[in-house]
Amino acid sequence: LQESESENKLDGETASDSESKSEFGGSSPVPTSDDTPEVLNRALSNLSSRWKNWWVRGILTLAMITFFFIIIYLGPMVLMTIVMCVQIKCFHEIITIGYNVYHSYDLPWFRTLSWYFLLCVNYFFYGETVTDYFFTLVQREEPLRILSKYHRFISFALYLTGFCMFVLSLVKKHYRLQFYMFGWTHVTLLIVVTQSHLIIHNLFEGMIWFIVPISCVICNDIMAYMFGFFFGRTPLIKLSPKKTWEGFIGGFFSTVLFGLLLSYVMSGYRCFTCPVEFNNDTNSFTVDCEPSELFQLQEYNIPVVLQSVVGWKTVRMYPFQIHSIALSTFASLIGPFGGFFASGFKRAFKIKDFANTIPGHGGIMDRFDCQYLMATFVNVYIASFIRGPNPSKLIQQFLTLRPDQQLHIFNTLKAHLVDRGVLGSLEEA
Amino acid sequence: EVDLEERLCELDLRSDSDIPEVPPPTDSTPEILKRALSGLSARWKNWWIRGIVSLAMISGFFLIIYLGSFMLMLLVLSIQVKCYHEIITIGYRVYHSYDLPWFRSLSWYFLLCVNYFFYGETVADYFATFVQRREQLQFLIRYHRFISFVLYLTGFCMFVLSLVKKHYRLQFYMFAWTHVTLLITVTQSHLVIQNLFEGMIWFLVPISSVICNDITAYIFGFFFGRTPLIKLSPKKTWEGFIGGFFSTVVFGFIFSYFLAHHQYFVCPVEYNSETNRFVTECEPPELFQMKKYSVPPLLQAVLGWETVNMYPFQMHSFALSTFASLIGPFGGFFASGFKRAFKIKDFADTIPGHGGIMDRFDCQYLMATFVHVYITSFIRGPNPSKLLKQLLILQPEQQLSVYKTLKSHLIEKGILQPSLRG
Repeated sequence: LQESESENKLDGETASDSESKSEFGGSSPVPTSDDTPEVLNRALSNLSSRWKNWWVRGILTLAMITFFFIIIYLGPMVLMTIVMCVQIKCFHEIITIGYNVYHSYDLPWFRTLSWYFLLCVNYFFYGETVTDYFFTLVQREEPLRILSKYHRFISFALYLTGFCMFVLSLVKKHYRLQFYMFGWTHVTLLIVVTQSHLIIHNLFEGMIWFIVPISCVICNDIMAYMFGFFFGRTPLIKLSPKKTWEGFIGGFFSTVLFGLLLSYVMSGYRCFTCPVEFNNDTNSFTVDCEPSELFQLQEYNIPVVLQSVVGWKTVRMYPFQIHSIALSTFASLIGPFGGFFASGFKRAFKIKDFANTIPGHGGIMDRFDCQYLMATFVNVYIASFIRGPNPSKLIQQFLTLRPDQQLHIFNTLKAHLVDRGVLGSLEEA
Repeated sequence: EVDLEERLCELDLRSDSDIPEVPPPTDSTPEILKRALSGLSARWKNWWIRGIVSLAMISGFFLIIYLGSFMLMLLVLSIQVKCYHEIITIGYRVYHSYDLPWFRSLSWYFLLCVNYFFYGETVADYFATFVQRREQLQFLIRYHRFISFVLYLTGFCMFVLSLVKKHYRLQFYMFAWTHVTLLITVTQSHLVIQNLFEGMIWFLVPISSVICNDITAYIFGFFFGRTPLIKLSPKKTWEGFIGGFFSTVVFGFIFSYFLAHHQYFVCPVEYNSETNRFVTECEPPELFQMKKYSVPPLLQAVLGWETVNMYPFQMHSFALSTFASLIGPFGGFFASGFKRAFKIKDFADTIPGHGGIMDRFDCQYLMATFVHVYITSFIRGPNPSKLLKQLLILQPEQQLSVYKTLKSHLIEKGILQPSLRG
C-alpha cells in the first residue's frame, strides 16, 4: 500500500511540476522542433528572423497551393486518397495531444484501440459510400454483395468488439484516464471522420463543389490576414488577438468576389461540373455529362442599385455563381468560428500548434480547422437546395423491398402523379 | 493565488485514488415504505425495497404498454431526457463547473437540436400523410437538414463566443461531455422508437430479455454464485452469467410465443390521418405465422416430439436473448467502470433502492442499437415510408422516369399485371 501511495505522489508531483512550467510548453513534454528544411534555412540565413518567418510561411503556402492543383489534375481517385490521408493525420495529431495532456502513453491497449476505432468508423462510412456509388460493381461480385447487404451489421459487430475490448482493458488505477481517452477518441472521430466523408460526398457531386469551398476558405484566411496586416486596428475577439474587424470585413468582400470569379472560370469545364461516376466497363472514374442547368449561362437583370455602379443592364452568369455567394459568405462569416474553436482548444490545453508537420504553419489540423464546418455546410446545402435524393439510389432501395411494399409504394406514387396532373390520361403509357 | 484551472488540471492527472469522492446520494425512499419495513434488519429491508420498487416499475411498464404506442414514445422521450440530465449533472459535479457561463443553457439547447434533427428524420416519415396536407410542415420537412444544421451551428457559435479566459479547459471538457452524452442517449432512444414502430414486439421482447437477464443472473448468483466474473463488478459471478443466459433464452422463447398471437404487438405502428390515432392492424407478416419445424434428432430424444409448431419470430428471439445475456452485460460493466472512475455510487437517487434511471438502463443501450441493426439487416430492407417520402420530393420529370422504371420492373416480376388498353 505504501509503495503505491508513493507512486501516486510522484505522479502528482510530476503533473503539478509540468503544469507550473512555462505557459506554452506546459503540457507538451518536448518543445516543438524547427522543421524547416535545411535548404530553406540556408537560403534565408541572412534575413532577420521576422522576415525569415514570413518567407518560410509564404513559400510553404505556395507549395501547398501548387500541390493542391497537381492533385486536382490527377483526378478524383487521388483526391479521395489525399482526403483519407489528411483525415488520418488529423486524427493522429488530436489523439497525440490527448496522450500528452493525460500522460497516458502507458495505458494498456489504448493506442491499438484508438486506431481500431478509426478503422471501424472508416469502414462503416466507406461501405455506405461505396454501396451508393459503385452499385453495379458491388452487385456483380458475390463477396462484395454480401458485404454490402449486411454492411451495417458487420460494422456494428466490429465496433462492439472494440467496445468490449475497451471494457475488458479497464485497469483499476486508471479508470478515469481510460474513460477520458475513450471520450476523446470518440469526439475526435465524430469531428474528423464524418467530415472527411462529407467532403468525399461533395467531391462526387462534382469537383467544383470540392474546389470552390476549400479555395474560399483558403482565400478568406489569406485575405483576412492581408487586410489585417495593412489596415488592422479593432480587435475582433479575445480568443484570437491577432484577428481584427478590418481583416474580417475585408476578407469577406474579397472572398465573395474571388468565389464569383473562380466559379465563372470553373463552370466552363465539364471535368469540374459533372458528377463523378464510376464506369463499370473501363473500371475507372469518368466525369462526362450534359452540364446541368446550374452550369449553363443565363441572362440576369442587374438590380437598379448596381446598374449605376457597374454600367450594365444585364449580365450573363452561371446560376452556380449565385450559389457561390452563399458558399463564400459562409466561408467568411462562420468558417472563422472553426478557427476560434481551434484557438480556444489550443489555449485550453496550452499548446502552440497541433503539431509541427508543416514548417511555419504547424500541424495539418492548423490548416484544416476552418474547413471542417465548411464541408458539413456544403453537404447540407447540396442536399437541401441543389439536388433532392438521388433517383437511381431510390430505385435501388426500391428493388430490395418486399413485393407488397413495392406495390404499395408504386400505387401511392401513381396516385400522386395523377393528382398532380403529370400522369393524366396517358396513364398506361 | 492558485488558478482554478491549474488546480483542476492537477485533479485530472492524479491517479484515481487521490480524487475525492462525490458525497453519497441521499436516501429517497418514501416514508410509507420506511415505516412499513421499520421492523426488519437492514439487509432484508434493502431487499424488500428493491423488490417492491422492481414490481412497481414492471407494473408501470405494463400499464404504459396498455395505453399504447404514443404513450410509449413519450415515456422513451422522458427517460432520454432524464438520463441526459443525470449524466450532465455528474459532469458538473466532477468539474465543479456549476458556474460556467451559459453552460447549462447550451447543454439543453444542444439536446433540443439533436432531438429535433432525429425526430424530423425518423418520426416525420411515419406521419407522411399528415404532413402532406399542411404547407408549413412541408417546408420544415423539405429543408429539415438545413434547419437542423443552422440550429446546431448557432449553438456552436454561442459556445465559441462564451469561452472565458480562465475556464477554457473546463468549457471544452463540458462541451465534449455533452456531445458524448448526446451520442449515447439521444441516438439510442431514437433507435428504440424506430424499433417500436416496426412492431411493439420488437420493443417489448428485447427490453424484457435484458430485465430478465438482470434478475435471473442476480438470483442464480445469489444461490449458486462462486466464481467471480470480472474485476469491475465483483458481485457478478460466472454461475449467474450462465444461469442468466439459459433462463433468458427460455424466457424469450416463451414470451415471444405469447406476444406473437396478438396483432396489437406484431403489426407495424401506423398513423391513421383520418382518425388521428395510431393503429396497429394488419395481416400478420410471415414472421408471425405458425410453422412446422422438425426438431433436430438430438433434441427429439429429450423432448419426445418430432415436429413442433413455432413462430419464425421465436428463432429471432433466440438471437435477441443471446445478445441480451452475453453482450448486454458489457454495457453494465461500462457503466460500473464509469462510476468507479468518477467515484460515484449511483448515477442519481431517483429510484429508491435502485439509483438513477441510468442505472436501470445501462444495459439497454447496446440492446437498442443491436435490435435496430438486426431488423434492418435481416428482417426488412430500407424503410418504405422514408423511401416514399423521398420519391415525393423529386422533380416531376424524375418522378415520371422512376415511375416508368418501377412499372416495368413490377410487370417483369409479375407483381403487377400489365393492364389492357381499353
